[in-house]
Amino acid sequence: MSEYLPENVAIGQLDALANWCRKNSLWPMPFATACCGIELMATGASRHDIARFGAEVFRFSPRQCDLMIVAGRVVMKMLPVLQRIWQQMHEPKWCISMGACASTGGVFDTYSVVQGIDRFLPVDMYVPGCPPRPEQLIQSVIDLQDQIQRGGTVDGKEFQLDSRQLPKRALVDLPIIGAPPASAISPAGRHA
Amino acid sequence: MIESAAVTDLAQRITDLRVDEFRGDVRVVLPSTELFAALEVLKQQHGFDLLVDMTCVDYALYRDATDRFGLVYLLANTQTNERLTVRTFLNEPQLVVRSVVALWPGANWLEREIWDMFGITFDGHPDHRRILLPQEFSAHPLRKDYPLQGRGERHHFPVITRGTPT
Repeated sequence: MSEYLPENVAIGQLDALANWCRKNSLWPMPFATACCGIELMATGASRHDIARFGAEVFRFSPRQCDLMIVAGRVVMKMLPVLQRIWQQMHEPKWCISMGACASTGGVFDTYSVVQGIDRFLPVDMYVPGCPPRPEQLIQSVIDLQDQIQRGGTVDGKEFQLDSRQLPKRALVDLPIIGAPPASAISPAGRHA
Repeated sequence: MIESAAVTDLAQRITDLRVDEFRGDVRVVLPSTELFAALEVLKQQHGFDLLVDMTCVDYALYRDATDRFGLVYLLANTQTNERLTVRTFLNEPQLVVRSVVALWPGANWLEREIWDMFGITFDGHPDHRRILLPQEFSAHPLRKDYPLQGRGERHHFPVITRGTPT
């Protein structure tokens, strides 16, 4: 291939370039409702320094952000607000569910607390912990960057695919010991 | 013996007034029909100018309880530091008392919270709405016959997916 190209010319995929740009300049939208928010602030502060991974610009307007970090429990009065903020963010956008409460409701199994925001919103990355350490949140940002690099397209096709709307992988086709193989149960493939 | 001019005065006005004392805290229990008049006397004539707190207790699952709800008013006199607990009991279907916002404006939000959580109506309240739960909520969740995990209210939301036009 190289003999057909002049010097100083490299070939790559436009998708990969777009993903590389996106993943290294995530703009988080802090939706901090509880103690996870304190860890989120620590992650953004100088000691743990999420700026090392290009995600230090926290903006408090959803229109300027592309990564929503839901840190803390979400009650049923707050969920419509959360959904509205999510819809106000521009594509491409991602969501990190930080901590046990945002992911599952945590210990708050009561009438008013939503039992996991992924029931009503698309979530890309879950961070376990109560609250998670800043290292865990940073690791989730790194994993999200890997996911963006792997799955993104320059025109955002991945956000329109039906495969993104499949039910959560952990709820559907985790391998069950003693069960028939997954291909016999569900023809639907795993999404990225 | 209880040395309180306010309690003595109340005992003369209300025939079936129950008074007791525990470690210096005086408590009176009176019928709900006499409640507002008694509180008005305490405020106007005995200087109980501060409504410290106002809350409600559901005795539905309580051992040996004869009444369903207990309303509790914690009063204080900021001049003499005297404190007094006033209680009354309510039963369905008569879950209504007169609002005391006219006496203590601070009762406004407290009464709204009691309405929100226990469903007790306050007659004459200037702003009788829910204060914590969404307005469309239909139950009163601190009642003991309301299940802890609710009746599905926390699941009634639209689901937003990636393909949704925004």
